[in-house]
Amino acid sequence: MPSINQNAYTSALPNFRNLGILLRILLIVNLCGIGAAVLRAPTLAAAWEELIGISAVLQPLLIVSLLVLVVLSRALQRLPYFLGVAAVIAIVLVLTGLLTVFMFGSGRETVGVFERYAVLVPLTTGMLLAYFNLRGRALSPALAEARLQALQARIRPHFLYNSINAVLSLIRQEPRRAETALEDLADLFRVVMGDNRELSPISREIELCRQYLEIEQLRLGDRLRVAWRVDNMPRDALVPPLVLQPLLENAVYHGIEPRVEPGEISIDIYAARNQVHAVLRNPYSHDGTHHGGNKMALNNIRERLQLHFDAEATLETRVGEDTYQVHIIVPYVKAKAL
Amino acid sequence: MSEGVLRILIVDDEAPARARLRDVLADCAAEVAFRIVGEAATARAALELLGSVGADLILLDVRMPEMDGIELAQHLQKLPEPPAIVFTTAYDAYAIRAFEVHAIDYLLKPIRTARLLDALERVRSAHAPTVQALRDMSARAPAFLSAQERGRIHLIPVDEVIYLKAELKYVTVRTAEREYLIEDALARLEQEYPDHFVRVHRNCLIARTAIRGFERKSADGESQWLVLVNGCEEKIAISRRQHHIVRELGRQ
Repeated sequence: MPSINQNAYTSALPNFRNLGILLRILLIVNLCGIGAAVLRAPTLAAAWEELIGISAVLQPLLIVSLLVLVVLSRALQRLPYFLGVAAVIAIVLVLTGLLTVFMFGSGRETVGVFERYAVLVPLTTGMLLAYFNLRGRALSPALAEARLQALQARIRPHFLYNSINAVLSLIRQEPRRAETALEDLADLFRVVMGDNRELSPISREIELCRQYLEIEQLRLGDRLRVAWRVDNMPRDALVPPLVLQPLLENAVYHGIEPRVEPGEISIDIYAARNQVHAVLRNPYSHDGTHHGGNKMALNNIRERLQLHFDAEATLETRVGEDTYQVHIIVPYVKAKAL
Repeated sequence: MSEGVLRILIVDDEAPARARLRDVLADCAAEVAFRIVGEAATARAALELLGSVGADLILLDVRMPEMDGIELAQHLQKLPEPPAIVFTTAYDAYAIRAFEVHAIDYLLKPIRTARLLDALERVRSAHAPTVQALRDMSARAPAFLSAQERGRIHLIPVDEVIYLKAELKYVTVRTAEREYLIEDALARLEQEYPDHFVRVHRNCLIARTAIRGFERKSADGESQWLVLVNGCEEKIAISRRQHHIVRELGRQ
């Protein structure tokens, strides 16, 4: 099973071409300058003169550094994070050296000035980078939210058109069955097209799965057999919506449709040690006529489970002699009022 | 194809899809003279039906278990007078692109009366898809070889073939039960099933799984290797150039 933490936030340098980030850097560094001036001046009134002295070095250094960072931004982004940090600090240090030599000549006094800046500049730079990194981390749940939205389960177009076709065939001979089928289809698509970022009770998911399989039964008839073992299911357990339905869709597509003979899909749901287990099995033949597409749905569900439950949820698949099994374990999170 | 009543065969693995086609066909009855000669849920059943009833047109589902519509269409081309084929598909971006490329007629499910009528009216002038075009569309090699005998198509599962031997114009296909003659080229078959067959002679491919062992025969001071196969008594000679396979396969 692939590592479940592959989507954790990774540290990154700030984008130096972003105006907001540049303004933040200017503001923070200047505030540090003011702080330094107040600390160094004997009286508060003298701080002003001190600040002018500091600014004479600080402003040119700040502007030149930012210009260089803007130019090198792309290259720096490509480096691993710690190398990037080291490179930024080195660039700023070299610029400090050049600037002090340019402003004060290369005498003994310059060495003294540079020594102090050689400590202050990396400190400030390091703190700034740490700040931006933390800020990125704090904002990453927003990214997760956006990802969840993009990950909303999709239904195979194949299923939609085949179902509509099946319903059309019923309209003349069995209008009532056609009505039920359309109602099921409507319910299914209401969920598929709805907002699925919140967890929902597993009983609702099961209801949806039943409706989905009803529709499939319509076109596959006797070829599709379903064994529900959900009597001991914890009805109030919360799961991401559409976590099981796409797996059943896979089971039908890869397990039932390629067979001439009838096949059985089984669904077991139970709670054990504060965890909810869902085990789906379908027939599987190794000659492999229908592949592809399967991995995508699995990865999608895996990622959604991870975004909701982090490492507490697992999804494992097992290919047996003639069966294919998906086993999902999620923490038993109870719905508040049900 | 005789003028007059169009004989139609419906092939689809899903019963509602067949029912729907019947309904839509019924709506076309006023414009086109046709007769539904049968329905089949699998490609095999379709071939059996075609052996007993003739058809001018097959409405053929692309995605079916065991053998898909594309493969069935390939086998059908072996008939002396193959029926016209109009494929039906619900959604298969790949197949649809291929149909467009090869100008093969197809209907998208759900099928509209007007569109079906169009296809029916065009059937008599439409050209049949070439075997090559159909082969290009298949993602994998067909699971069956097919032999045509007296107007019927026999399907031979590739897994049951013991050896293939090139004759003058034909290839002899040997299974445990009997022999078939197919019109094909040994080189093409070798290319199509590279993992399945191994060449033992200029004119012979043997199924790897059928090889039981090797035997050395000496005659007139010349020695020769023979292949012993499961399922039939025959011993097949290995040509000098292919002697290396004794070593390669004997080791396994």
